[in-house]
Amino acid sequence: MAEVQLTEGSWEEEVLNSDIPVLVDFWAPWCGPCRMVAPIVSEIADEYKDRLKVGKLNTDEEPGIAVKYGIMSIPTLMIFKNGEVAEQIIGAVPKEYFIEKLNKVL
Amino acid sequence: MYDVVIIGGGPAGLSAGIYAARGGLKTVIFEGKIFGGQIVTSYEVENYPGFSKGISGMDLIDNFMKQAEKFDVETNYDGVTCINDEIECKSVNLTNGNCVKTKTIIIASGASANKLGCPGEKKFSGKGVSYCATCDGAFFKNKVVAVIGGGDSAIEEALYLSNLAKKVYIIHRRDQLRATKILDKRAKENKSIEFILDTVVKEIQGDKLVNGLLVENVKTKKKDRIDVDGVFIYVGLTPNTEFVKDLIKLDENGCILTNEEMETNIEGVYAAGDVRSKSLKQVVTAASDGAIAANNAQKYIESKF
Repeated sequence: MAEVQLTEGSWEEEVLNSDIPVLVDFWAPWCGPCRMVAPIVSEIADEYKDRLKVGKLNTDEEPGIAVKYGIMSIPTLMIFKNGEVAEQIIGAVPKEYFIEKLNKVL
Repeated sequence: MYDVVIIGGGPAGLSAGIYAARGGLKTVIFEGKIFGGQIVTSYEVENYPGFSKGISGMDLIDNFMKQAEKFDVETNYDGVTCINDEIECKSVNLTNGNCVKTKTIIIASGASANKLGCPGEKKFSGKGVSYCATCDGAFFKNKVVAVIGGGDSAIEEALYLSNLAKKVYIIHRRDQLRATKILDKRAKENKSIEFILDTVVKEIQGDKLVNGLLVENVKTKKKDRIDVDGVFIYVGLTPNTEFVKDLIKLDENGCILTNEEMETNIEGVYAAGDVRSKSLKQVVTAASDGAIAANNAQKYIESKF
C-alpha cells in the first residue's frame, strides 16, 4: 500500500478509525535521520502492504498532532491499533527492530 | 561471490563503494541502521572542500548516495553480526541469518554517540532528552535547553540551538572546551549561551517531560538544580567494533588499527573512517580512507584471484 500523507483533518479517519494497524512516521524535512529512515519505512510499507497502513506526518506542517502525542524527538514511529498507540519507536533504529515491534502488534 | 563487502553506509563506506564500483568491482554496502552515519545530523558542514558556501550534512550525504547509485553500488539494510576469514575467501554473517561470501571486506562501521549514563536519561529519551539538535531543536523554540559536552559537536549544536531556544547552557566537566578555537569563540560571543564548566550532570529530572537537571561541580562538590526543558547530549563516541573484535586488532579505545593503506591485521580486510584509529575524524578523512581502502582491495583481488 502506498504511504498516506496524514494531516490533522484526515487523522481520525485514516489513523484512529482504520480497520488495520497504522504505522505513523513523524518526520520533518530538516531532520536528516528522518530522511534516511524513509526508505526503510517504504520497504516496510511494501512488505506488509495487506496488513498495515503506513502514514507520514510532517511535524512542521501538523504541529497539533505532534503536540497531542508528546512528540519531542524525531524520527518517532508509532504503531496504532484500534485507535490506540500500541508501540512506539524513537530515533533511527535497525530495520529488524521495526519488524520485531510490528510483529508484536500484527 | 562479491568482490567487496562494505560494512557501514556513512561517508567512508559510501566513498569506498563509489571507488570500488567505479573500478568495476561487484560491491555491496550493508548498513544495519540508517545510511549517512553521524553526519546526517549535522546542520552545516563548513569544511568539506568544494562547498564554499557550506552544505548540510544531509545534502552532502544525498550527493554521496546519488554518486554511489550511479555506479550501481548495491545497498542493503541488513546488519553484519560477524566477519570470517576463510581459506579461499572471506564471509560476513548478517542479522537475517544469511552468510555472504566475498573476496575482500572494508569495515566502515563508524562510531555511535555515547550515553551520559545518569538516572533519567533513558526514561526521558524522546521526552526532552535528545542526541540530535537538528532533528529536535524545533520542539524547543523559546525554551531553555542544556547541551552536555565540550567538543566540536557539542558546541556546533549549542550554536544551532541558540537560534531557536531562549537560552542554552553548555555544561562541561572540564574547565575549558575541547572544541576548535573558531567554535569556542563563536559560543563565547553568543549572548544566548551560558557556560557551566567543571560540572557534571547527576540526574535528568522531570514529570512527563524533562524539567531540570541535577548537577555537581567537580571541584567544589556543590550540587545545584538547573531548570531546563530539554537536554542535548554530546559526550563522545564509541567505535562500532564489537562484531569484529575477535578477528581484528584494535587500539586501547576499541578503534581498528591499520597502516596508511587502510590494511588491518587480516589480509584483504580494510578499515575506513571513524572506526579506524587515527587523529582526525572528519568527513573529508573518512572519504579519503574509503578511497584508499577500495583501491587496495582492488589490487589485492587482482593479485590473489
